[in-house]
Amino acid sequence: MKISCDIEVRHLSRVEGHGNIRISIKNGQVREAVWEVVETPRFFEAMLVGKLYENAPYICGRICGICSIGHTLASIRAIENGFGFTPSAQTARLRLLLKHMETLQSHILHIYFLAAPDFLGVGSVLPLIKSHPEVVRRALRLKLLANEVCDEVGGRRLHPTRTVVGGFTMLPDRDALGRFHQRLRAGLADLFASAELFATFTFPAFTRETEFVSLRREGSYPFIGGELFSSDGVRKKEHEYRAMTNEYLAAHSTSKLSRLSRESFAVGALARLNNNFAYLRPQAAAIAGEFGLGPVNHNLFMNNLAQLVECVHVVEDAIALIDELLTDCWQEPRQAVTPRAGIGVGAVEVPRGILYHCLEFDKDGRIRKADCVIPTSQNHANISKDIEALAAHCVAQGKSDKETELLAEMLVRAYDPCISCSVH
Amino acid sequence: MSDAKSYLGVPVLRPRVGFFELTSCEGCQLQLLNNEATLLDFLDLVEIVNFREGMKESGDNYRIAFVEGAVTRADEVERLREIRRNAEMVIALGSCACFGGVNQLKNRFNDPAWVKREVYGEYPIDSQAAVPLAAVIKVDLEIFGCPVKKEEVERIVTNLVLGKEVKHPKYPVCMECKAHENICLFDLGEPCLGPITRGGCDAWCPSNRLGCWGCRGPAPEANVDELRKIVARKNIPLERLLDRLECFGGFGGEADAVRKELGGLK
Repeated sequence: MKISCDIEVRHLSRVEGHGNIRISIKNGQVREAVWEVVETPRFFEAMLVGKLYENAPYICGRICGICSIGHTLASIRAIENGFGFTPSAQTARLRLLLKHMETLQSHILHIYFLAAPDFLGVGSVLPLIKSHPEVVRRALRLKLLANEVCDEVGGRRLHPTRTVVGGFTMLPDRDALGRFHQRLRAGLADLFASAELFATFTFPAFTRETEFVSLRREGSYPFIGGELFSSDGVRKKEHEYRAMTNEYLAAHSTSKLSRLSRESFAVGALARLNNNFAYLRPQAAAIAGEFGLGPVNHNLFMNNLAQLVECVHVVEDAIALIDELLTDCWQEPRQAVTPRAGIGVGAVEVPRGILYHCLEFDKDGRIRKADCVIPTSQNHANISKDIEALAAHCVAQGKSDKETELLAEMLVRAYDPCISCSVH
Repeated sequence: MSDAKSYLGVPVLRPRVGFFELTSCEGCQLQLLNNEATLLDFLDLVEIVNFREGMKESGDNYRIAFVEGAVTRADEVERLREIRRNAEMVIALGSCACFGGVNQLKNRFNDPAWVKREVYGEYPIDSQAAVPLAAVIKVDLEIFGCPVKKEEVERIVTNLVLGKEVKHPKYPVCMECKAHENICLFDLGEPCLGPITRGGCDAWCPSNRLGCWGCRGPAPEANVDELRKIVARKNIPLERLLDRLECFGGFGGEADAVRKELGGLK
C-alpha cells in the first residue's frame, strides 16, 4: 500500500510549552518526520551571572510552572555541594517529602488531565466532568492532597517560599503532618482505583530500543543526588554530569539537545523505573507487575504507566518519611552556610527526568557562571527519533492520516514534555 | 454545563474565555488547575474556548483573553496583536505579563549579544528585550503576582462575570503581614519589600518567613526612600535590596537608581 500524507500539528495541545510535529509521507516513504521546538528562550543562565548565591533557587524555581520545587531543590543542592555543606537529616527528609508531593501532583496532572483524554476519546478533561465525574473527582482529590502537603512543607505549591540554602525558613505543623499521613493512606486507595482505570486503556504496541538515563543509588529509588547511570552501562559522578548530557544545538529547535552512547536517550519515569526497578516500594512494584511493566521496557507510551507506578511509590515513601519525621523532635529549621569559591552541581530527579543545575562561585558566593540541563531538552532528540520510527510504523500498518496524527500526538504527550523548561 | 446560570435571580452570562501564554513558565495558568477544591465551580462560571495547555479544541471567539508571559520575540508581538483584535477584554495574567517578570532580568546587562552568547555561544538565536504586554497593546486589567494567587483570580473573574468593578488594594503587603501578627522579617535580618509592594496576596511570602521580593509591583504610594533607611539601619547590604527591586520588573526605575549607586553590575 502506497500512502501519502502531510501532517502538521502547530503548537501541540495538552503539553507544557510550544512544539510542532511535522510528518510528510510520499508514496509509502517517510520524507520528513520532525519534532520542532519553537519556544522563546528566557536566558536564565545569563540572568544569574553576578547575582549572590541566594538568588539562584528563587529565580531558577521560576524556570518551570509545574516542577518549580524540583528546580528550587536542584539550585539549593548545587549551592550546598559547591560550599561543601551537608544538610541535616531533618532537612533532607523534608526536602524529599516535598519532592515526592511535587512528583505526585505533576504525574496526576499529566496522566489524568493531559494523557487520559486521548485514551477516552475526548479533546480535554472538560467533557469528562459530565461523563466520568468520579474519575475527575478522584484526580482532583489526589492532586489537592499533593499540593496541600507542598503548601505545608514548602510554603507554597508553586514557586515555594520556605525552601532556602541551609534548610527551611520555617517548619511544617506536626499535627498537619499527622493528618496528611492519614490522607496519604486514603490516597493509596485512589491510586489503586486509578490503576484499574488505566488497565482498561489500550497502549500502542510501539517499541524503539533506546538508552535510559537516571540517578541510581544502591538500596533506594533515588530522587535527590546519587550516581548518574545509563541502561547502556555508563556510570558517572554527579559533578561529571556534562559527560552524560553532551549538549549540542541543531536546526528546528530553540532547545539544546543531548546524546550519550547512541544518537539519543530518554529520561523520566520510565527511565527511572527501568534503572531502579528493584528499589520500588512493595505496592508500587505490585502495580508495575500487574501492568507487565519491568526493566528494560522500550515502549515510551508506557511512560504514562511508569508515572502511575511512581505515584504509588512516592505516596508509600511519603508515609514512611512522615513516620520518621514525627518520631524525632524538631531541630532548627535552617543551618548557616559559608560561601566559598568553586563549582557545585545538583542532580535531582524531577517528574520529567533527571535535572542538573551547575553553579560556579567567587569567594563571596557570587555566581560567575550557571548551567541548567533540563529533562525535556535531554528527551527532545529521542522524541524526534521516536516520531520518525512511529511514522514508518504507521506507514507499514497502513494507518490513516488521522490515526497517525493522533498516535504522534499521544507519543509526544507520553513524554510529558515541559517545553518552556527545556528552553529556559 | 451549558444550563443558564443565575446569581440572586439575575441571569449570569458565562463569558467565553481564552488562555494564552507568551514567554513564561506557564505557572499562572497552572495555578487555575491548582484550584482543585473549587475548580469545578470555577469552570462553571466561564466557557473556555482556548486553553492549549489543557485542551485540544481551540477557537478565536473569546470575549476575555487571559495572557500570561512577557513579549520577547516578533512572532509574540503578532500573536498578541491578534489576541487584542479578537478579544473585548485583555487581562495580563501574572508578573511576566504585567512587568516582564524574571524574564526582564536579562535586560539589565544592556548587552543582548553577550546574553545570547552566554547561553547559546555563537549559535544564532532570535530574542529581544523582555517587555510587558502593555508595551505592545492596550491592557484592560492586570492580575499581579509570581505566581498569581488563585483565590484572587477567582474573585476577579467572579466580579467580571457579575459585571462588578474590579479594584486592587492600595495598601502594601506590610499591612497584611501586620494583620497576621507575623514577626517583622527586618528583625530577623531579612530584606523585605513588604512596605512598598502592592498588597492583595495576603502577605504570602512573609507569612512563610521569606521577605517580599516585590512580585506585585509598587503600591500606589510606595515610599522607597523610607524603606532604604530601614535597610540601612538593619545593616542589610544595599545589593540584597537591589536583588529584590530588580527581580520582577515592577520597580524598574528604583532598581536602576540603586544599581547606578552601587557602581553598576557586579
